[in-house]
Amino acid sequence: MNAMLPSQLKAESFANYPPEARSLAVSHLELLRQLPLILLPLILREAIAYDWRFPTERQELERQLAYLDGVDSPQRETLLAGFSRLTLSPELTASDWIDAPGIFSEQLSAYLWATHQMDSFRAAAESYAIAWQGTQTSVRPAVRRLGIVVLGQGVVSSNYPLFRKLRPEGTHFTQVDSSDGLHTLLAAVSARSSAQPTPYGHWYIDGGAAEVIGSGVTNISYAALQPVRKALFNRMQRVIESGSGGPEALRTLMAQTRPSDVGLSGEGQDAVLGHFQLTLLTEGSGTQIFSTTFAQWAAREALRRAQPATMLVRFAPRERQQPMNELLSAKHKATEVDPEGSLVDADMAAYYTWLNQQRLSGADQAAFLVWFEGHSQAVAIGPSLPRGTVSTAPTTLQQILGWIA
Amino acid sequence: MLLRDLRMASPREVSAAVASSRREFLRSAVGVAAGSLFSFAPGAVVAASRVSQPKAVVVTFGGGARDEETFAPEGQENIPNLVHTLFPQSTFYAQVVNKGILGHYVATASLATGVYETFNNFAAVSPHNPTVFEYFRKDLHRRASDAWVVAPSNGFNRIGESDHRSYGAGLGAGVILPKHLLASSIATGSPDYGHLLRDSYEAPFYTPEIAGNEVEMERLKSLLKLSVDDFAASAKNLASPDELSVYIARRLMREVAPSLLWITLHDIDIAHSGTYSMYLEGIRRSDRLCAELWKAIETEPEYAGKTTMYILPDFGRDSDTDPGGNGFQHHRTGDPLSRTTWMMVLGPGIRKGVVVDRPVESIDLVPTLGARLGFSPRFAQGKAMEEIA
Repeated sequence: MNAMLPSQLKAESFANYPPEARSLAVSHLELLRQLPLILLPLILREAIAYDWRFPTERQELERQLAYLDGVDSPQRETLLAGFSRLTLSPELTASDWIDAPGIFSEQLSAYLWATHQMDSFRAAAESYAIAWQGTQTSVRPAVRRLGIVVLGQGVVSSNYPLFRKLRPEGTHFTQVDSSDGLHTLLAAVSARSSAQPTPYGHWYIDGGAAEVIGSGVTNISYAALQPVRKALFNRMQRVIESGSGGPEALRTLMAQTRPSDVGLSGEGQDAVLGHFQLTLLTEGSGTQIFSTTFAQWAAREALRRAQPATMLVRFAPRERQQPMNELLSAKHKATEVDPEGSLVDADMAAYYTWLNQQRLSGADQAAFLVWFEGHSQAVAIGPSLPRGTVSTAPTTLQQILGWIA
Repeated sequence: MLLRDLRMASPREVSAAVASSRREFLRSAVGVAAGSLFSFAPGAVVAASRVSQPKAVVVTFGGGARDEETFAPEGQENIPNLVHTLFPQSTFYAQVVNKGILGHYVATASLATGVYETFNNFAAVSPHNPTVFEYFRKDLHRRASDAWVVAPSNGFNRIGESDHRSYGAGLGAGVILPKHLLASSIATGSPDYGHLLRDSYEAPFYTPEIAGNEVEMERLKSLLKLSVDDFAASAKNLASPDELSVYIARRLMREVAPSLLWITLHDIDIAHSGTYSMYLEGIRRSDRLCAELWKAIETEPEYAGKTTMYILPDFGRDSDTDPGGNGFQHHRTGDPLSRTTWMMVLGPGIRKGVVVDRPVESIDLVPTLGARLGFSPRFAQGKAMEEIA
């Protein structure tokens, strides 16, 4: 137990932090001492992972700390009054919120729900976010953001009304030449990464096995993470079989898992990506089981955290969920896939990917393309394209990219 | 006002807009004249059913469904039975607000007690306030077999009875956990059914301790006149755990005919896995199962003409526009959409094709049941819904 209060923090309190995180915390020690206990661990949760954060995340945390440092004490008290008014249990106060701020956050969430303080917490957080964001100048990306979603792999034909949510936002193309379409898109992403080389600025996420793409593109795939998923399952299984496999125990296990525990790189050049991939599997729900969920969540998290200029997500068929009668009859095949269901999953995921891209700076100029792989349907969104229109003229993906990117 | 324009609106404004939208959606879907689809003025009381020995069947969805996938124009294809068959026979509450914890067990317990329970959603505990089953049995001197719960997962095993000292032990409902029964009926060495039998879609590896009024296989055998082999064979013809729950519920209705039956469906909550297509399948299945249950009520002699059915999700799901969530997948943000849901009520004395716009709370269900069935839920904090009570 750690009955420490924020005002008692010392430089040594962060002895267990990675080097850069420790340095960051110590350099803002005076500020941290003055923060309400309910907010402090939430900031420490970001700080403790500072060494493995994407450049944009690091900058954002630095700016946030500088902002809080820059306001005088009475102003800060007013700003954070909503947090200060919330009550904490003695157990949470005494928990190890310095070295395990992630676990504190999980427990805080449960506590706020149980004590009917969640709405007040939401209000305090929103009020703080509005105040802090109001002081920030929105920095336009160096190039227009481009999001691309490729879906429908393995689907021969479908009656599902694709792109229903995205069509009102842009132009629905119904005569797209699908030949060599995927390579056209991969080449476009590679070209953008070459023209604007930025660490973690250009991404390619594949729900199956990744295609070859330029070295400047950050690439992750569901297939490549298969050994990691298996290692993670084994760790979870051990906790479950130990008889203490409640949700809290499993969450703690997940929070304490290091990249090297499951075969990911946790050090050196690949550390940032290794930690990112680990969080996709330990913090995402369903990402360990279904490739469509993995691809959607990976794109969401990459957009939210790395704020890239380019995002290409390709969905692959996920494992089929067997109905109960098939399972009980033992007729199922473990490796059977569900292309049609995956198409429906990915169609919604494409909408979410667009929504997440629109939450970033430069949204009014951003471009987005979703294509039914191997077929003639696509929707493109961008400032130069009319909204809610249909184009029946023959076209190519190259042409569409030229219009929007 | 469009839902997507409500980001700066207050929670109350959002809830009201949701209710208004549901009303308009139903109006357009059912295609009835405007005059026949009206809103109740508060205070307009429908005469309570005068049937003797009235019965109640409560169907909750443990895993809410959003309007986009249900009552909105693009969602109505997923709920044809609710919209076209059940709604015209029902009074529809368009704004049921849940102000409690958005976890399925604790929220269902709150529905069953009429008090926002505050225990850990994943803890193996009884509700702290008396349940509807205890009020019903104690006040009306009903035997144990007259109140039953059919629940999806092992975590619900204590929902039939509270730990309240004035009620509790021996006064609650029997609880049937079909998935647990199925697990016990499957021979050792069978294929891996873990995925099918997992307890909770939200915490898929959670394995709660089993204790409470739960019915074991041997008791089920005599109760429902159902052998282990018959049970297992029936399960092999059913596509999902919810179908199994409804199969058990129908068997219970035929063999035991309880006056108070509570069924919690859970297939929709597959949404936590992030697979939109499975979430839609769960909604369509729940829609079909609700219609099947109503049909059973109308055709079973013990139920026909004297049973009121209440259908309601325990709460909603996160909206697409809240950046703190991930759309349909979870119900974690606590935003107004995840707290605002609906209720459909059908039965004797219930006005048909009516939409009630005014906000009610999910804890109002128990007082409403009390008013209709004739018991006094004295610790419940909600209020009876005057339009149907």
